[in-house]
Amino acid sequence: MAAFIELTGVSKRYGDQAALDGIGLSVGEGQFVALVGGSGSGKTTLLKTINRLIRPDAGEVAVAGEDVSASAPHLLRRRIGYVFQEVGLFPHLTVAENIGVTPRLLGWDKPRIAARVSDLLELVALPREVGDRPPAALSGGQRQRVGVARALAAEPRLMLMDEPFGALDPVTRDALGADYRALHERLGLTTVMVTHDMAEAVLLADRIVVLKAGRILADGAPADLLAQSRDPDVRALLEAPKRQAERLRQRLGA
Amino acid sequence: MNPRLHAAFELLPEYLGWHVLLSLSALALGLTISLPLAVAASRSPRLRWPVLALASLIQTIPSLALLALFYPLLLALSALSAAMTGRGFSALGFLPSLLALTLYSILPILRNGVAGITGVDPAISEAADGVGMTSRQKLTQVELPLAAPVIMAGVRTAAVWTIGAATLSTPVGQTSLGNYIFAGLQTENWVFVLFGCAASAVLALAADQLLGLVETGARTRRRGLVIAGLAGIVIGAGAALAPLATFGQHAAYTVGAKNFSEQYILAELMASRLERAGARVSRKEDLGSAVAYRALAAGEIDVYVDYSGTLWTNVLGRTDNPGRKAVLDQLTAELKRRDGVLVLGSLGFENAYAFVMRPDRAAALGVASLADLAREAPRLKLGSDLEFLSRPEWEAVDAAYGLTFRSERAYQPTFMYRALAAGDADVISAFSSDGRIAADKLVVLTDPKGAIPPYDAVVLVSPKAAADPRLVEALRPLVGAIPVEAMRAANYSVDRDAGKATPGEAARALERAIAAN
Repeated sequence: MAAFIELTGVSKRYGDQAALDGIGLSVGEGQFVALVGGSGSGKTTLLKTINRLIRPDAGEVAVAGEDVSASAPHLLRRRIGYVFQEVGLFPHLTVAENIGVTPRLLGWDKPRIAARVSDLLELVALPREVGDRPPAALSGGQRQRVGVARALAAEPRLMLMDEPFGALDPVTRDALGADYRALHERLGLTTVMVTHDMAEAVLLADRIVVLKAGRILADGAPADLLAQSRDPDVRALLEAPKRQAERLRQRLGA
Repeated sequence: MNPRLHAAFELLPEYLGWHVLLSLSALALGLTISLPLAVAASRSPRLRWPVLALASLIQTIPSLALLALFYPLLLALSALSAAMTGRGFSALGFLPSLLALTLYSILPILRNGVAGITGVDPAISEAADGVGMTSRQKLTQVELPLAAPVIMAGVRTAAVWTIGAATLSTPVGQTSLGNYIFAGLQTENWVFVLFGCAASAVLALAADQLLGLVETGARTRRRGLVIAGLAGIVIGAGAALAPLATFGQHAAYTVGAKNFSEQYILAELMASRLERAGARVSRKEDLGSAVAYRALAAGEIDVYVDYSGTLWTNVLGRTDNPGRKAVLDQLTAELKRRDGVLVLGSLGFENAYAFVMRPDRAAALGVASLADLAREAPRLKLGSDLEFLSRPEWEAVDAAYGLTFRSERAYQPTFMYRALAAGDADVISAFSSDGRIAADKLVVLTDPKGAIPPYDAVVLVSPKAAADPRLVEALRPLVGAIPVEAMRAANYSVDRDAGKATPGEAARALERAIAAN
């Protein structure tokens, strides 16, 4: 499989602190990759170098074979969906205008944008009348669904997600995670998702990349990592959800 | 209707029109300067501090001083421009007022602009980058709309400040609602003072309410309110500005006046003569003493009355006193040579500085001259007008007699006479043509050493108007025509407490008195 995202020797420092320390990573088209690690491990910084919200001090990042520093950042970002925990919906625009923002920047005509917004509301399972409301009138889960719809609006092939469901209650979070995974399959997306929740990573991703202090500690399919990794930190991370699941089963007597 | 109220209403279209034009222009200019500055300052923390500090510093300068400071600055610029391009511009009136008020309007808009833009939620700012907006798109589509209510609140504050401070543009020669206040204060026409205050307050409140509508509309995202507020401003401004189109457009001559009754009366007298000669005349009143001569030399006013001693000391910088005739002759030659200003001639009376006491007090202390006064001064309180103590004439008197008073206090002329009557001042610096001296039977102290220069009232004509026979011929009959008694009577009719005349009425009475002679 040809690499869709290719990072080579990517480093970023904040003062004395190395946020990223010579990262090399290659993601194939259609993969769902989870970036996990503790806070300060560099997972968010790594994600943001891909859509150039952060410029690395050294190294190269290429998306679909093209160096991301070669063109203007706003043109790159219009081709990449971006979802993050705070969502960041524009409060002065309606839900429909929020979803249609990137197509509008790309100069789509109005009927095309309207049709796309209507499709997307259906895709993220929101009732159509929500489109005329301001974001403030929505629940947290609905707002993040709008966030996902906005990221998908200009038909990107790549989605970057930074703890997208982190602020939601467990039920909403579970439903939204499963819904997104289905969208990933259906639309043939490539997804890179940052999460600190190992269970979420195991449930959604095909591949888990574990970071610590700006370096990649482990990289592989969830089951392979559990079977093969010798690193105590990685084992601890991966076994946590497994232990949790067993305890849950015992206590609930299933 | 009360005749003074009627007179005030008659002047309203002109005063209000100028006031609105001035405030609106200053606000628009302030907005075009401070908005880009606010954007730049919100982008760069290094720029933010100095820019906000400078704007705050400007705000601490008293408004009147800021207005006054622009006059010499613009005069220098105008001279520079005249030297370089052959064209100068008017340093008096609209321009200095506009610039000073613009500077005043900057701070609230700038401060709120920076607060509004930097106050945008970082998550929303990140989202704007994430969806692929350019820096400019982010500013115009996200940051400015979200900051709009805060910016509008700043615009409201700026509008109220500007409308209030615009009343202070009268002394630099710009007509505004302040004309009511300054003229009213000088002639004790309280109807005018109150009318001016009320008119500018109503204007400020109306602007505040309309801008408040826009602010609420921006905050609650109701486009209708924004449009209604803006439409109200456009309609109101249009209605206020419409009368200006017909005012002072083709005035052939501008008559100037300083800020006291005698000056108003003489300006009216000259204006009415010019109007009878068929010219349209506009008036610039309440000019500061130093501003008036420079304005004449620069051709911004065509004619006004000044006093030989004032010109002798302040314009020529002389401290000697060669006698009344010599002063007048040398002045005539020197002003012509230096500035091309024509001294048309003396009106026939003097308005000299005079030290004046109540008769009972003067008798009890045995004071009849300035030499006697020097002896008693350490026990006495001096009341002066606002500028006397900083004038060279005071230095000359002090040097000649050695006057050290127990206290020295400056008053508006009207209040100075009140202070003398009430015993708050023992001696005051009066003017010899003031009608109140005779009316109150006050004692004028003699000047045995001749320290006070002569103060013949002279008609000054600008270099350009000096070559205009119509103006010169219309005013020449006034030379030597006004005896001091006639001037005192005219001044008193305006200054007295009961049955006051307006300067215009006093001028007509004075003209009849001259004709009867």
